[in-house]
Amino acid sequence: MGWPEERASVRRDALGIAAYAGAFGVSLGAIAVASGLTVMQTCLLSLAMFSGASQVAFVGVIGAGGSALAAIPATLLLGIRNTFYGIRLVQVLGVRGRRVAVAAQFVLDETAAMVIARDDEREQRYAFWFTGVLLFIVWNVGTMAGALGGSAIGDTAAFGLDAVVPAAFLALIWPRLDDATSRLVAIGGALVAITLVPLLPPGIPVLAAAPVAVVAGLWRREPRSTT
Amino acid sequence: MIWVAIITASVGCYLLKLAGLSLPQSLLDRPDVQRVAALLPVALLAALVAVGTFADDGRLTIDARVAGVAAAVVALLLRAPFLVVIVVAAATTAILRAVT
Repeated sequence: MGWPEERASVRRDALGIAAYAGAFGVSLGAIAVASGLTVMQTCLLSLAMFSGASQVAFVGVIGAGGSALAAIPATLLLGIRNTFYGIRLVQVLGVRGRRVAVAAQFVLDETAAMVIARDDEREQRYAFWFTGVLLFIVWNVGTMAGALGGSAIGDTAAFGLDAVVPAAFLALIWPRLDDATSRLVAIGGALVAITLVPLLPPGIPVLAAAPVAVVAGLWRREPRSTT
Repeated sequence: MIWVAIITASVGCYLLKLAGLSLPQSLLDRPDVQRVAALLPVALLAALVAVGTFADDGRLTIDARVAGVAAAVVALLLRAPFLVVIVVAAATTAILRAVT
């Protein structure tokens, strides 16, 4: 594939993600307003926080009647996984100085997944920026529409969109599951998270998969040379 | 108070994103750090896949999403493109919900 085709392929995939992310944005906007946030607060949350899982946690605490300050630690806990993505992303992005500050806002599950799905560095950088900026626009327009339109929006589950999220991330990590270590880490991370779902608040089980990667990364040495 | 919470939490989330991108080069050059960094998204995203497939409000369930993700796996094994995979997952889940 030549570069124009590769770029077109990145854009196609990113549009697919944007389509369902937009629908979730609309649904989150409606839930945020129903939980007691104003339209302005809902929009600022999407603009400034721009992290689906953290926003869901924030809105969840407010909606459950918790104090606004109590929402802060829950939100930050879910933001930690973006730190881990950053450690991977910085190796391909090649950004310095002011551009790091801009790139940081686009560090997300989706951009990390789009990057690791690819091998070529130029393609990875394009995937990061294109997906990040597109999602930023779609997510903010979506939450604003949801906040304004409220309950007029249908249930995302009715269209099977809740199955699209795991399917999309699975499709994006699929090319990385070509070696035994990655496969073990993926299975290990999935099992750890599943085991902890009934025991811990939402979001924490996913974060608990990170130590699996740390242990596996420190354990496995590079294959020894045969000389 | 809610404004304070929104701004504090947003700044915190941003700094968490920035922190990962700001690791010193000397650390990033270490082979063990590179191996861990390469495996971190795999572990986290695989966990997201598992939770997105089986978790519902703090409980583990088997519902139409499992069928959708299973259909996605079949599509992936058949080397279907990304958009086909996610449409197959959505359609399988939606149809199953409509008929049950």
